[in-house]
Amino acid sequence: MTVLTQSPARPESGGPPGGGRRLVEMVLRARELSILGALVLLVLGTTIANPRFLSGQGVKDIFLNASILVLLAVGQSMVVVTRNIDLSVGSVVGLVAFSAGKFASGGDRNVVLVVLVGVGIGLVCGLVNGLLVSFCRVPALVVTLGTLYVIQGLDYRIAHGDQIGAADLPSSLLSLGNDGILGVPYLPIITVVVMLGVGYYLRSYSSGREYYAIGSSPEAAMLAGVPIRRRVLTAYLLSGALAGLAGVLWLARFGTVVADAAHGWELKVVSAVVVGGVAITGGVGTVYGAALGALLLTTIGSVLVVLKVNSFWQDAITGVLLLLAISVDRLLALRVTRALKQRSLASAAHRAASPQSKEGRA
Amino acid sequence: MSRLMRWETAVTALLVLVFAGGAGFSPDFANNDNLSFALDDLSEIALIALPMTLLVVCGQVDLSVASILGLCSALTGKLWDGGMAIEMIIPLVLVVGVVCGLVNGLLVTRLGLPSLAVTIGTLTLYRGLAYVTLGTGAISEFPTAYTDLATSSIPGTPIPYPVALFVLLAAVTGVVLHATGIGRSLFAIGAQEDAAYFAGIRVKRIKLILFAVSGLVAGFAGVVYTLRYGSARADNGIGLELAVIAAVLLGGVDFDGGKGTLGGVIAAVLLIGLLRNLLMLNDVSTEVQSIVTGLLLIISVLTPRLIAVAREARGRRRGARPAVPAAAP
Repeated sequence: MTVLTQSPARPESGGPPGGGRRLVEMVLRARELSILGALVLLVLGTTIANPRFLSGQGVKDIFLNASILVLLAVGQSMVVVTRNIDLSVGSVVGLVAFSAGKFASGGDRNVVLVVLVGVGIGLVCGLVNGLLVSFCRVPALVVTLGTLYVIQGLDYRIAHGDQIGAADLPSSLLSLGNDGILGVPYLPIITVVVMLGVGYYLRSYSSGREYYAIGSSPEAAMLAGVPIRRRVLTAYLLSGALAGLAGVLWLARFGTVVADAAHGWELKVVSAVVVGGVAITGGVGTVYGAALGALLLTTIGSVLVVLKVNSFWQDAITGVLLLLAISVDRLLALRVTRALKQRSLASAAHRAASPQSKEGRA
Repeated sequence: MSRLMRWETAVTALLVLVFAGGAGFSPDFANNDNLSFALDDLSEIALIALPMTLLVVCGQVDLSVASILGLCSALTGKLWDGGMAIEMIIPLVLVVGVVCGLVNGLLVTRLGLPSLAVTIGTLTLYRGLAYVTLGTGAISEFPTAYTDLATSSIPGTPIPYPVALFVLLAAVTGVVLHATGIGRSLFAIGAQEDAAYFAGIRVKRIKLILFAVSGLVAGFAGVVYTLRYGSARADNGIGLELAVIAAVLLGGVDFDGGKGTLGGVIAAVLLIGLLRNLLMLNDVSTEVQSIVTGLLLIISVLTPRLIAVAREARGRRRGARPAVPAAAP
């Protein structure tokens, strides 16, 4: 939004490059707007078919269900923007949900303490991933696949077929997952605050922009003096910490937890991020888009239930949506590239024609 | 790395060590029945690992294989329930597998999308279609002639029929990858796709064929899985893609493409299988097996990296020119 007011203020840099940047920005924003549009259409259509869909409870449920996925998507998008991936998040959620549950049911623990323990465990997992990927420079997919197995194994080992019941948990923890302020539950509030914080940081701080630089071109970023290792490590730490937070919120929301909580969620999170327009090849996308992607996936789940569509179709529809999203993304990107090329050709011709330009003299 | 220090050699040495240790310390390990059970238990992973090796060598990945396996298993069950003969079902299911692979391949080659993103999408889609086909129910009661074929061994040897088939396919794959122009093209594409293209290699066609073959083999693995367990379910083989990729990477194939050998992958598949079997015989829980697999995977990418870093450091200390990065044969 700032770009629109920025460009006219610097008319000398207007011309082709500024126009090009505006075009790219417009397309990228159109990406988020189109997800929002799809979401609105989906909700409107479903409401017409079943007016009870937009009842207070229905909306509340969607936001509650989406919150945890959005949290994970925010962390994941930061990692994906640096051209890496974190497949271990699902297993971290499971591990934290269970061990925080064990910890909380040991006595009347303070909620803040439980949250800190959960985030702490997540941070440790993120640290391991981050150190392996950034300092040992091994492929992120392989490392996080490995830690997925290890963390999952640890989780099952700790759980040992046990389960945590809501009756064992302190009531303050359960109220974190189900109560709220003025009718708005805590979960979405926490998620939105985190999302806005990370989004603002990535957009407005120069260190935030460096994550995009790393993802666009690691070599160029290195030559430009970006501390790549530190940034990648930070991205993994954030992803781990948010997975830890998500684990505690999972515990607070559901109360009952078995070891395979969030089993297989890593692909769900990556799906949300990709649907939200964060390119898996790095350097492109926003946490707002990723959050919208997560919200869209969750809403589709609810819509299928409300419309009494066989729930077996949910995976198939999600898959098609994901393929559609990355295809549209690709086609848009190709179009932008072509438009930019044409503009730069046109401007080169323009400069060649004008007598003052250096190219004219040559 | 020198020839003796190659990663495949290390994996093979570890495999021999595990085998010898298992035979020495676990009386139930090195007998025909157990070995044949252990081998049969890895049939699907081993089969799918073959085309996956080719894909990863040329810089691609197919995460949808386990979903194709599930879809083909569900379809096998549905058709059998509908009264079709197994001889008719198998070719039909294989065609479905090829179509699934072609969808992956077309999205990757025609639209130029990253295979990781595409196959995460089709992973969800194909698994969804499996549920649409069969719901959460299970179809069993397949004719014993076929279920026996999937579980019994060639008489006199500990080699189960599916594994015998794997040996045959592995020989073909090994020759294609390491002794033909196509194989060299795969390495070239993985190392430098643009350069391979300008050298006249038909990059898109090769990738498309690889994805189709990957779908075909995954579909076939679906049939084997169904008959081996005598049960067709939509969630058959869930998560298997990660096990296959773990085996391929542990086998020393570089995830960035362009490096690796099939021998290494086969050694890794056997290593994972025997290790799991050994842990199981010693009553080590599945969770520890999962931890062991994960650690092996991490070590497999970390070790070559650390060796390269150490060599670089040594080279710098001597003031010599920087060492050449670890090279595959």
